[in-house]
Amino acid sequence: MDSKEIYASLEKLFPAKVSDFKGDVMEPYLTVDSAAIVEICRFLRNSPGYRFEVLSDLTALDWPKEEKIQIVYHLFSYSQNHQIVLKVDLPRDNPKIATLEEVWKVANWFEREVYDLFGVIFEGHSDLRRIMLPEDWVGHPLRKDYVEQEEYDGISTQRAPLVEKLLR
Amino acid sequence: MNETAQEQGGFYTEDMTISVGPQHPSTHGVLRFVVKTDGEVISEAIPDVGYLHRSIEKIGEKVTYHGYVPYTDRADYLAAMFANQAFCMAAERLAGTEVTRRGEFCRVIACELNRIASHLISVGTFGQDIGAMTPFVHALRERETINNLMEEICGARLTYNYIRIGGVGYDILPETCTKITDFVDHFEPIVSEFNRLLSGNKIFIERLAGVAVVSKEDALSYNLVGPNLRGSGIKWDIRRDIPYSVYPELDFDVPIGTAHVGALGDSFDRYWVRIREMQESVNILRQCLKMMPKGPAISKVPRKFRPPVGECYARVEAPRGDMGFYVVSDGSEYPYRVRIRTGSYTAMSIIDKLSKGIMLADLIALIGSLDVDAPEIDR
Amino acid sequence: MKPLINSLPETVFTTKVDDLLNWGRASSQWYMLFGLACCAIELMQTGGPRADLDRFGAVPRATPRQSDLMIVAGTLTYKMAKRTKLLYDQMPDPKYVISMGSCSNCGGLFQLAYSVCKGVDKIVPVDVYVPGCPPRPEALTEGLLRIQDKMMNERWLVRAPRPSGEAAEARG
Repeated sequence: MDSKEIYASLEKLFPAKVSDFKGDVMEPYLTVDSAAIVEICRFLRNSPGYRFEVLSDLTALDWPKEEKIQIVYHLFSYSQNHQIVLKVDLPRDNPKIATLEEVWKVANWFEREVYDLFGVIFEGHSDLRRIMLPEDWVGHPLRKDYVEQEEYDGISTQRAPLVEKLLR
Repeated sequence: MNETAQEQGGFYTEDMTISVGPQHPSTHGVLRFVVKTDGEVISEAIPDVGYLHRSIEKIGEKVTYHGYVPYTDRADYLAAMFANQAFCMAAERLAGTEVTRRGEFCRVIACELNRIASHLISVGTFGQDIGAMTPFVHALRERETINNLMEEICGARLTYNYIRIGGVGYDILPETCTKITDFVDHFEPIVSEFNRLLSGNKIFIERLAGVAVVSKEDALSYNLVGPNLRGSGIKWDIRRDIPYSVYPELDFDVPIGTAHVGALGDSFDRYWVRIREMQESVNILRQCLKMMPKGPAISKVPRKFRPPVGECYARVEAPRGDMGFYVVSDGSEYPYRVRIRTGSYTAMSIIDKLSKGIMLADLIALIGSLDVDAPEIDR
Repeated sequence: MKPLINSLPETVFTTKVDDLLNWGRASSQWYMLFGLACCAIELMQTGGPRADLDRFGAVPRATPRQSDLMIVAGTLTYKMAKRTKLLYDQMPDPKYVISMGSCSNCGGLFQLAYSVCKGVDKIVPVDVYVPGCPPRPEALTEGLLRIQDKMMNERWLVRAPRPSGEAAEARG
């Protein structure tokens, strides 16, 4: 199925929860309401004709000028060989969304990474803790306004360039 | 104190928590497993990753498109050509750049040589983890020949920076083509040597058959890709199903797990898919060397590469599965966001479920058969 | 009875015994497999058939308790730094550290990264730095030979030479 057809049928079935289809770009995407994401994803996975068995990717984009964090879901179907991109807009100062762990089990690890690097809270997640960075790290690095700290655990984060040392 | 003391004839056992790693003799990189076990049988093995998190995704926002290609090498150093190719494909799609035909063939030759090298390491270290030290040294010997060929093609042995936006960095000379043909003729009987040493070995088969079976539903729900997915019986290969580059013109087979020893989707199936993929790569190399056209190896790409505003997702079939690069551009010379989605990250997420109830030695076989490696997980 | 280390005068006999001890140690450096990233693959290839480290007597050991050389091959992150110090402390004396590759020398091309420790010499003292990204097997072999030279110049039985300069004057 084409992304336009998927959008048209989703708009009929879930009115007011699916909006803003961008069809003229390279990767057409739909914007979905954050409260309805689990329902829509479960529908997309189970119903015949769509059959999105696989959550290919779950990531986030930080738009500080528009004060939002966008969660991006790439869904893929092996049996029908089609894909769709869903996007959810969350407010930047309090990003919270329901977890997709019951729908696709791989969402567990993807969401932990987004929590670690962007600070998005996934409600209902079984084990939301940092995955890439140490447990006592402060801050969420992939945000655009992240400032690197001066030292961690007694180790300084800077290194003097060699030329300065030689000239001194 | 403990009910099992009664069952085991009065033998007192206690649960212990051991930490396997981050420094360990296996070569999958710095991974750590917190293993809760009762002697030999594991009750839970929780992976702990992030010891090699080099923030490659954040660096994408600080360097230009051309300057980011060496960083993609390090996103998976055993399959550096594929990461280069995926990023360059995403950048080319954003900007609408065409790749020259000779450049596409050079890319496929370099990638398939890299696939053979990566599978050699995977198979060799898998044997070493199980306990067979000799096939590892044989694999390293073959890999030295491939490293020499790579050095002739692009100048580096491990982190190549060869595939650039618009084509490849350097052309492949006719002398190098002759050497690749010689290597391919020499390598084909080596795979049967591996089969004699490892695949037909009774101890190897008994260690792996029926261990850590991944069903089709689990493989889809946990998003396994590459040989892990094909070992469970699902025939899906990006080169065949979402073709890119010159793969539509090449004739090759996609091996899947056949369960000729043990169950479908066990560790032996995943290993066997890799051995068969090496043979298919040899096939592809022969065809490419025959079909290579003349012409420039790279098309004209501006120095200040500035793609229009947009986003793009490009996938390639890397040795560890489908590697996807999601590049978001805001019109400037620096990408707005680069996201690398790798196969090993999701393969780690299934280890927690598969490790319940197996023995400690089987955990090592499981990790080796899934072929995870640390740079892909942590990026 | 006072200990023998660094206590005897410099005679033909004691220097030859020192040389024998150093030669024995230099010809059998057992290195700990501390491969972190891409340089680990080149470390494996250096131990492989073409550029063989075993002919210098260097065999890989998995545990720090049985090794006297730590080859830090790869990028060191902050999460790994504490464990590196722990492993270095577990090695018995006399121990040496080779920093292999740009990432462990100074952070390498990951100087822009937020989670990478810019050089392993912030954590452990380094004896030899091997440049390269990754260094060729020949370069790593050269690094091993430099450690051998360093080992051959050490004194065990012979009294250590008196330091010159301000340190000696302060000591009186």
